[in-house]
Amino acid sequence: MVMTNIFDEFHAPDGCVRDHYASYQAWLDTVAATTIAQKREEADSAFHRHGITFAVYGEESGTERLIPFDILPRIIPAAEWRMLERGLRQRVAALNAFLHDIYSAQRIVKAGLIPAEQVFRNAQYRPEMQDIAVRNHLYALISGIDIVRAALPGQTPDSALYYVLEDNLRVPSGVSYMLENRRMMMRLFPELFSRYAVAPVEHYPDLLLDTLRQAAPAGIDDPTVVVLTPGAYNSAYFEHAFLAQQMGVELVEGQDMFVQDETLYMRTTQGPRRVDVIYRRIDDDFLDPLAFRSDSVLGVAGLLSVYRAGRVSLANAIGTGVADDKSIYPYVPDMVRFYLSEEPILANVPTWQCRKPDELSYVLANMAELVVKETHGAGGYGMLVGPASTAAEIAAFRERVKAAPDTYIAQPTLALSACPTFVEAGIAPRHIDLRPFVLSGKTVRMAPGGLTRVALKAGSLVVNSSQGGGTKDTWVLED
Amino acid sequence: MLSRTADHLYWMARYTERAENLARLLDVTYRMSLQMPGASGGYWGAALGITGLDGAFRARHGDSIEAQAVLRFMALDVDNPSSLPACLKAARENCHAVRGTVTSEVWETINTTWLEGRSAVAHLASGAIEGSELTKYFEWVKFRSHLSRGVTVGTMLQDVAFHFIRLGTFLERADNTARILDVKYDELAPAESSTNEYYEWSALLRSVSAFEIYRKVYRDVVSPNRVAELLILREDMPRSLHACLREVHQILGLVANARSQETQRQAGLAYSRLRYGRIEDILQVGVHAYLTDFLGAIAGIGNGIARDFLVPVQ
Repeated sequence: MVMTNIFDEFHAPDGCVRDHYASYQAWLDTVAATTIAQKREEADSAFHRHGITFAVYGEESGTERLIPFDILPRIIPAAEWRMLERGLRQRVAALNAFLHDIYSAQRIVKAGLIPAEQVFRNAQYRPEMQDIAVRNHLYALISGIDIVRAALPGQTPDSALYYVLEDNLRVPSGVSYMLENRRMMMRLFPELFSRYAVAPVEHYPDLLLDTLRQAAPAGIDDPTVVVLTPGAYNSAYFEHAFLAQQMGVELVEGQDMFVQDETLYMRTTQGPRRVDVIYRRIDDDFLDPLAFRSDSVLGVAGLLSVYRAGRVSLANAIGTGVADDKSIYPYVPDMVRFYLSEEPILANVPTWQCRKPDELSYVLANMAELVVKETHGAGGYGMLVGPASTAAEIAAFRERVKAAPDTYIAQPTLALSACPTFVEAGIAPRHIDLRPFVLSGKTVRMAPGGLTRVALKAGSLVVNSSQGGGTKDTWVLED
Repeated sequence: MLSRTADHLYWMARYTERAENLARLLDVTYRMSLQMPGASGGYWGAALGITGLDGAFRARHGDSIEAQAVLRFMALDVDNPSSLPACLKAARENCHAVRGTVTSEVWETINTTWLEGRSAVAHLASGAIEGSELTKYFEWVKFRSHLSRGVTVGTMLQDVAFHFIRLGTFLERADNTARILDVKYDELAPAESSTNEYYEWSALLRSVSAFEIYRKVYRDVVSPNRVAELLILREDMPRSLHACLREVHQILGLVANARSQETQRQAGLAYSRLRYGRIEDILQVGVHAYLTDFLGAIAGIGNGIARDFLVPVQ
């Protein structure tokens, strides 16, 4: 697909290297191509040795793959990050206010800003959470907000803005790659870090632990925090183990815990020990076979009752998915205005809701230019990229949308910004996005930057690791 | 510490130690069979017997014990759950399950052993086995085990995780030393001939890195009774049963919980028998009978550890 309005992160429209990449280019000019090739191999072998891999579903058991790592960093100037940080802080505060609201007074629905059925008929809405006292009224303690820089169709490349493409408020992953990518870059290219003042990210696990401890049930001064993983065969297991280790807390599986007398315990070599805060990396459905899916072997029977009694905290809370659902996404700017009385700093991508008849007819008529997404889809599945699809694919998808318009939204096909990337043939531009990780405690905090994902296939706009995406280190510059 | 975590750490250490001792056993068997080609089948049969793999081998390869087949079965066969590569894999999988509990150095060492072992095994299995390559492979397995242990002692906090790793190491080593020693005392072993005897005993000593120690301690010719004394009773010999049980007994004291009294008592009893035992008494019972009894005690302590610490309390 040919896109003409792609924002080039590296070069200005006049072809010159942008100021914040100038020093990198100067350094690159002094480095031999063979050195770069050798560094790339070194990175691959180190990632293998460290076991920084993800398991691939559906392949021979034990198959582990690397997420490709690109050694050319993505650089964000200080002023741009300050704007992003303010915007993220605001957006996540509004999302948490929304979650608290819909599980208590439901003011936003009563005010008529969001249709009731959009919230209460949503598969991610959890009636079990109604009027449950969630510690500090914070539901999404860890959020991953996907941001893209793009010019809208018809605009010039350099009018590109940062847009929020998606909010991830359930179990966003990828932060371990943010940390490992930085470690790798410092190991491979220490000299680059003397050329640039790069804001550090290594303290993220400390921030995370502090955030989790703040969420402990009232009256617990020295809470026991654990990370709950589905197990070693989960695709994100590396990250679960990594975060538990970095925080110095136990990595538990459901089978390690049990409920007795309205209290959650884990089994230890010294007998049962009480658990106060769970950073859970499994979905709501699997948390408690007594409350949700009864066939789940990943959770703990009785967990929900302990949670409802306020005797254990979950991060994130149950039922946060209702706020990051694609059908709710169009309302987030309104949430900012409603709860914070502020104008949104970060824009949403213009979105057509197929449940509205006039917007549906626009979508059906212009499908070839749009990206159409299932509201419950994730990971790049269940979507149509109009310009990259054949007429037959579009026709088939049109029928699916017509059959259930409520479950689709559409957006213009965004020309995601491109950043130079090392590929087989040398250096070539590839599309990127950014996932900052936002922590909500007494204050909202984040490590500068986040995870930059890159679509390694030429022309591809899909950055998901399950679909051939890679990652880059993300440098936020300090003034 | 989570019981499941302790379980993985303990078995990670046991499989690492088991791989090392299996390499030692295969190495000594291979050397003896080269020196005494006529008795080769007997040596390999004994190696199968003492590792408890006799039945599994016969099920796969029939009743004729052929050196190359046994060697491949124990050193290279990834489908044999007790083979060298299977031990390295099990050590790695246990470590992978608790990689956050050990230092990154420990994890990388165990993971690298598995990655490199996989290629080494694939390479060896693809052609006719060359003696020199085989010896190198056994040396490599031993070296990687030394490295795992060294990186554990050199980088890990001496907390409960460390204790369960060490517990696994010494319990497994006690078991394995007893089995290696039994190669010569077991009735499965070929009948002695005086000309071979020196080579057999010195090969056995070398297999547990004890040949030079023997010379240093006894300053005399190699005699079976002293070999038994060295590997069973010497307190300062790092692979002796005495040294291993001293560690097991001490570590059980460090990790003790409300349920572990009986296991501690059994370990204390086994330790005292070694601490205060005399070689004359052992010879009177017969070394093979003594070792058989000892292996039973080790199995009992292993079951106790699993029950008291590792298996979840329902």
